[in-house]
Amino acid sequence: MSVSQANFTRAMMDAGQQVPDGLIDHQAQPAGRRFSVYRNNIAVSLTEAMHSAFPVIAKLLGKQNMDGLAGIYLRQHPPSSPLMMFYGEHFPAFLEGMEQLKHLGYLGDVARLELALRRAYHAADAAPIAPEALGALTPQDLMNTRVALAPAVLLLRSPWPIHGLWRYNSEDGAPKPEAQAQDVLITRPEFDPIPQLLPPAGAAWIRALMGGASIGEALEQAAAEDETFDLGATLALLLQGGAITGLDSKG
Amino acid sequence: MLDAAAHDRLPAAPGVGYKPQHFAQITADPGTVKWLEIHAENYMGDGGRPIAQLRRLAEDFAMSVHGVGLSIGGEGPLDTDHLARLKHLVTWLHPASFSEHLAWSTHDSHFYNDLLPLPYTDASLQRICDHIDELQGTIRRRMLLENPSSYLAFAESTWSEPEFLSEISRRTGCGLLLDVNNVFVSATNLDFSPQGYIDAFPLDKVGEIHLGGHDEDEDEHGHPLLIDSHGAEVVDPVWALLDYTLAKSGPKPVLVEWDNDVPDWPVLETEAARAATALERIPA
Repeated sequence: MSVSQANFTRAMMDAGQQVPDGLIDHQAQPAGRRFSVYRNNIAVSLTEAMHSAFPVIAKLLGKQNMDGLAGIYLRQHPPSSPLMMFYGEHFPAFLEGMEQLKHLGYLGDVARLELALRRAYHAADAAPIAPEALGALTPQDLMNTRVALAPAVLLLRSPWPIHGLWRYNSEDGAPKPEAQAQDVLITRPEFDPIPQLLPPAGAAWIRALMGGASIGEALEQAAAEDETFDLGATLALLLQGGAITGLDSKG
Repeated sequence: MLDAAAHDRLPAAPGVGYKPQHFAQITADPGTVKWLEIHAENYMGDGGRPIAQLRRLAEDFAMSVHGVGLSIGGEGPLDTDHLARLKHLVTWLHPASFSEHLAWSTHDSHFYNDLLPLPYTDASLQRICDHIDELQGTIRRRMLLENPSSYLAFAESTWSEPEFLSEISRRTGCGLLLDVNNVFVSATNLDFSPQGYIDAFPLDKVGEIHLGGHDEDEDEHGHPLLIDSHGAEVVDPVWALLDYTLAKSGPKPVLVEWDNDVPDWPVLETEAARAATALERIPA
């Protein structure tokens, strides 16, 4: 009558399964409802974890729907590590795969934004350069410079207004989002990640920088995507966010 | 400047489970709280506010690192990635204490985010001792192992829990963390005497005592079923069990845990003050 951990977890994750034989109460009778404590603990704790990890998704869906989805999700994707700070990594794709949610096509990308904010929150610290270090460069040297970005810097591109949706459901008095594609830059000036809306082709420029391109090379790629690309405005967003942690002007 | 020597062991005084929302009050005026405990897994990110707060707190307080995710009682091998993360944390933080649970939480590479129960048999004893040897060898320090809250028992068990923990301590050299709320919860649920459990417990191996709140429910036969929730005040019978324990053990570090529905700081500090009173009135 030994109870394997495989049997235990199978019964814990599926209330339709019998409580394993060999689990008993104080009178050596079958444990019965006492086993529900474990079924309940995991469902409640992982559902709460999803609410705190995805507050905007929870607000968009409503508490009841979020509870229901979290319950399905935790059975399809139990945590793969004890680091609960990263729980929910498959949630964006999970949301996109739900037939009933097909009419809310933006949910997956909004969830990706919330995941990215959490990753940025726990990312390694890195000291930003002083903005004057860039100002000291000649225009020619500036174009040949490669930049190192802080580990907390993350980029998201979406066909949906994810920044607007996030703000509207996070900040009092934020404007109603309008249907449009939005690219978002996340920086963490100190401890709190800030999602910022990028101007046209800003994401192309930053992605090129992340890939090792010089400022000038990245500028060419951004201009090819959108000729109105504003280098000064996008660079200012990086500097204000403490995103640049090193310069390499050796060409 | 970090005065490491002053914080190299937990004082026989009240501590609390640290919650980030209390950071400002704790650093300004901790009241009777003399040490803090953190859950290891919440401080395994690469940086940011959690790590910065932890560095700051370690300047003022002796710290206890309490793991909730190693799955020492698991049938499978310990997760070597997680062992490495624990080693990294205790290496940079130099906590006064490291503790984990007599429980399992991981099976087949899934983490179930709960402290799950195990049978007390010769086979599970050997497995747990092997895991503790591996852990203590990896982090190069002695750990404390905590007694669980039980809602049910295993028909196959052949050891009593105090004997089981005592034998683990004897074989591995680990110390024990005695959670008196867990004793009260298990004793109520499984109909044994909590004082009898304390009498059988190797109190000389206890490096820390835990207190916490629990919820009340009942099973389908109407028998009380207490659930270790860490979401409320410590109840009077548990305070009485603390007095009973301290009278036998002498002064120990005593921690108040409150992890769910976390109250404002003054409420938690009041619980810590009550632990301070219990420590003060230990008969000489």
